[in-house]
Amino acid sequence: MELQSKIPAGKLADKWTDYKAHIKLINPANRRKYEVIVVGTGLAGGSAAASLAEMGYKVKAFCFQDSPRRAHSIAAQGGINAAKNYQNDGDSIYRLFYDTIKGGDYRAREGNVYRLAELSVNIIDQCVAQGVPFAREYSGYLDNRSFGGAQVSRTFYSRGQTGQQLLLGAYSSMAKQMGLGNIQMYSRYEMLDLVIINGKARGIIARNMVTGTIERFLADAVLLSTGGYGNVYYLSTNAKGSNVTAAWRAHKRGALFGNPCYVQIHPTCIPVSGDHQSKLTLMSESLRNDGRVWVPKNPGDTRAPQSIPEDERDYFLERKYPSFGNLVPRDVASRNAKAVCDEGKGVGSSKLAVYLDFADSIKRLGKDKIAEKYGNLFDMYKQITAENPYEMPMRIYPAVHYTMGGLWVDYNLMSNINGLFVLGEANFSDHGANRLGASALMQGLADGYFVIPYTLGAYLAEGGFDKVTIDHDEFKRVESEVRGRVDKLLSIKGEHSVDHYHKKLGKVMWDYVGMSRNADGLKFAIEEIKKIRDQFWQDVRVSGDPAGLNQSLEKAGRVADFLELGELMAEDALHRNESCGGHFREEYQTEEGEALRDDDNYAYVGAWEYKGENNGYQMHKEPLVFEEVSPSKRSYK
Amino acid sequence: MKITLKVWRQKNAQSEGKFETYPAHDISPDMSFLEMLDVVNERLIEKNEEPFAFDHDCREGICGSCSLYINGRAHGPKKGVTACQLHMRSFDDGETIHVEPWRAKPFPVIKDLIVDRTAFDRIMESGGFVSVKTGSAPDGNAILIPHDDAEMAIDAASCIGCGAWVAACKNASAMLFVSAKVSQFTLLPQGHPERETRVLDMVAQMDKEGFGSCTNTGACEAECPKEISISNIARLNREFIRANVR
Repeated sequence: MELQSKIPAGKLADKWTDYKAHIKLINPANRRKYEVIVVGTGLAGGSAAASLAEMGYKVKAFCFQDSPRRAHSIAAQGGINAAKNYQNDGDSIYRLFYDTIKGGDYRAREGNVYRLAELSVNIIDQCVAQGVPFAREYSGYLDNRSFGGAQVSRTFYSRGQTGQQLLLGAYSSMAKQMGLGNIQMYSRYEMLDLVIINGKARGIIARNMVTGTIERFLADAVLLSTGGYGNVYYLSTNAKGSNVTAAWRAHKRGALFGNPCYVQIHPTCIPVSGDHQSKLTLMSESLRNDGRVWVPKNPGDTRAPQSIPEDERDYFLERKYPSFGNLVPRDVASRNAKAVCDEGKGVGSSKLAVYLDFADSIKRLGKDKIAEKYGNLFDMYKQITAENPYEMPMRIYPAVHYTMGGLWVDYNLMSNINGLFVLGEANFSDHGANRLGASALMQGLADGYFVIPYTLGAYLAEGGFDKVTIDHDEFKRVESEVRGRVDKLLSIKGEHSVDHYHKKLGKVMWDYVGMSRNADGLKFAIEEIKKIRDQFWQDVRVSGDPAGLNQSLEKAGRVADFLELGELMAEDALHRNESCGGHFREEYQTEEGEALRDDDNYAYVGAWEYKGENNGYQMHKEPLVFEEVSPSKRSYK
Repeated sequence: MKITLKVWRQKNAQSEGKFETYPAHDISPDMSFLEMLDVVNERLIEKNEEPFAFDHDCREGICGSCSLYINGRAHGPKKGVTACQLHMRSFDDGETIHVEPWRAKPFPVIKDLIVDRTAFDRIMESGGFVSVKTGSAPDGNAILIPHDDAEMAIDAASCIGCGAWVAACKNASAMLFVSAKVSQFTLLPQGHPERETRVLDMVAQMDKEGFGSCTNTGACEAECPKEISISNIARLNREFIRANVR
C-alpha cells in the first residue's frame, strides 16, 4: 500500500490557496442532498458540524455525553495560538509554522502545518464574532500570553478556561443549526462500528446509551472527531469517558493508525495522591509564564519549601535552558522533572513531584494580578490538595495528556478509507512527535471550521455514490458483529471488574510505554498486555443487561479496545529506534540526556494496518519530505 | 473514614425509585466524592450487585456532567465546587450521606442518579447564539471590548450548564442559566443585532420546558458551583422588559 499524502504542489505558502482555487465544488442547492455523520462534538466535531450545516449539508452529530457542550475540549485551560502578531514581537505565519514543526521534533508534514498556521488567524476572528469572551487589555484590544516552545506572545485566552469558551462558541453555532433542523443531534449515543460499502464509508452502527438499542445510520461521508486515546494509561488528564473506540473500530475496518507511540506527557499536573485516584488534573502550562520550577539541591531535603534558602534550590529548567527557561516545550519539561525525581530530589510525600513557585511573581505583580490571570487554577489546586498556592508552591508532576498519534489522514483529512475523515486529536497529522501548548485548540478548530468545509465538498463532488439504504447487507453484517460483541462481554460473568483490568493495563503502559521506554521494557509490555487481554476476555465481570443504561457495559467495550491499542503502541515504540519528542527511548539520547533523533532512518510516519485476528499489524511508511526547513538538533538552550 | 451511603436507585423513568443503604469503610479523606462512589461501586460489582449509575466525565469541575444532590444540597456542602471537586475531607467520619439525582419536572430521571437535561439544549437552540456563519468574521481586533465588560462577560459565560440551580430552586427555575447566556451576549457588542429576539425566544422556550419563575430567594446563586451572580437575572429581566416595549 502506498500512502499518498496528497500535499498540493507549489510553494509552501501558496499550497492551500491554490488548492481552494481549483477544487470541485458542490452547488448550494445540491448540498442538502448530502448527509454527513459527525462523531464527537468537541472543538473539531462541533465546529465541523456547525460549519457544514450552515453550508447546507444535512448533518447527523453524535456524542456520548448528554449534550454536545460537555465534550472534553471544554477542559482545555490555557489558550489558543494564532499568528496575529498583535504584540509586534516578530510573529508571523512562517514563525508559527516553524515553531510547530520544530516543537514536533521534525516528525510532522510541512504542508499540513503551514496550513494550520495560516488558518490560525481566521479562528480568532471567527471566535470573537461568536461572542467568545477572550481576555482584553484596558484599551479593549485582545490580550496575549506566552506558551512553551515559542519566543513570542501569540496565545489568546479566556482566563484558565479557554477551551470552555471556545467549545461553548462552537456549541452555540451548532445549537442554532440544531434549532433549524440542519443538525440532527444524537446525544448519549456511542459509535460502535463503521460501515463501508463498495469501498466508501457510508455509515455507522451506534448504541443508544439510554435504551440500549443498537441502531444503523447512513450517510455519504463519516467524520470522526473523537479525540485522543490517553485513557489507555487509565490515569490521564482526559475525561473519564474519553475513549478510542470509534477510531479503533475504524482501524479494524481498514483505516491506518499513524504513529501510535507519540504520546504527550504534560509536565504540570497535580501529583497522584493514592490508589483510589481516578484521573489526573492538569494545571495549565500558562502557569509557567509566572511560576518557577524547582527542587531542593540536596536529595532527601524534607524542609518546608519556604525554609529552603535560595542557594539550596535548583531551578533546573532555568539552569539548563537559559533562553527558554521555564517555558521549554512539554516533552523537555516532563523529562527533566522525571530526571530530578529519579535523582531523589522529588518533593511531597510520594517524592514524585517538583515545585512550581509563584512567590517571585506575587512579589513583582501583586496577588490580585496573579489571581486575575490564574484564579480558577489556583482555586482548583487548593480544592484538590487542600494547600494554598498563594502561600505554598504548587507540587506538580507529569501526566498523560494528549496523543499526537491517531488515524492516518492525507492533506484532505481523509483516511485511507474513502469518505472517512478524521479531525482534531483523533488524527495524527499536525503535531509530529510533540505538540506545543495552545495548539490543540487551534488544530481542532482549523480542521472543523476551515479545512473540512473545503475538502469534504471536493470529495462529495467526485460523485459515484451508490444508492443504498440501511437495509444493505453490509449494515446487517456489521450490526450483527456489534451485537455479538456486546453479548459476549455480558456473557463472560467472570470475577473481576472492568476497572480492575483497566488499571492493570494502565500500570504496564505507564511503566514501560510512558515517559521513557527501552527495548526490553517494550517487549515485556507487549507480552503483558496480551496476557491481560486474554484474562479480560475470560474473566471480566460486566454487570447489568444490554437493555437500558449500563455504564459497566460502556466501559467494558472501551477497555477491550484499549487492550488492543496498548499493544500496538508498544510495537510502534519498539520499532522506532530513535528518540523524538514525546517518544523517548533510553538507548537513544545525547550525553546531556536530550532526545537523539535518527533522521536518516526514521523521518517517516509509521502507519499501521490491522491484518485481521491473530495476524498482527503491518507498517506502511510515509516519508516526511522537508522542503522549507531543514531538520536540525532541537535546542532550547 | 467510615460512612453510610443512602443512594437513590431507580431502574428507569417509568419505575418508582427508593433509597438503598450502602455502608462504606476504608474511605480516604483525600478521595474525591466521585472516587468514593467508584470505590463503593467496585465493591458492589465484587458482590455481584449492579453498581449505581451517575453522570460524570471531566472530573475537574468544568464539563457540568455532575448532577448529584448530596445531603439535600446541589453538589454537596461546599460552596463553589462541583461534586467531582468535593473531597471526602469535607465530611465527618461516621456520617450518613444521602445522594439523590436533581429533582425537577423538566429533568426526568433516566436511571438512578442520572437525569435528562436536554431541555437546556432546546433553550440554547431557541436563541443562545450569535448568528455568524463560518468565514464571515472581521478581524478580531476590529471589535473593541472594554476590559471590564469582557471580564463581566466571562463571569457570566463561566456557567457549566450543570443544572444545580434548578435543583436548588423551589420553583425549579432555570433563570440563572438563561440569564447567564443572555448577559454574556448583552455585555458584548457582538450579540446586539439579535438582542431582543434572543431574550424573548429563550424565555419562551424556558417556560415551554416547564421551568418555573425566579423566586428571588437566591438559592441558585448560593448553590452554583461557578458562583454565577443572581444580578444576571436582574439583567435578564431588564432585557426582557426592554424587548417587550420595543
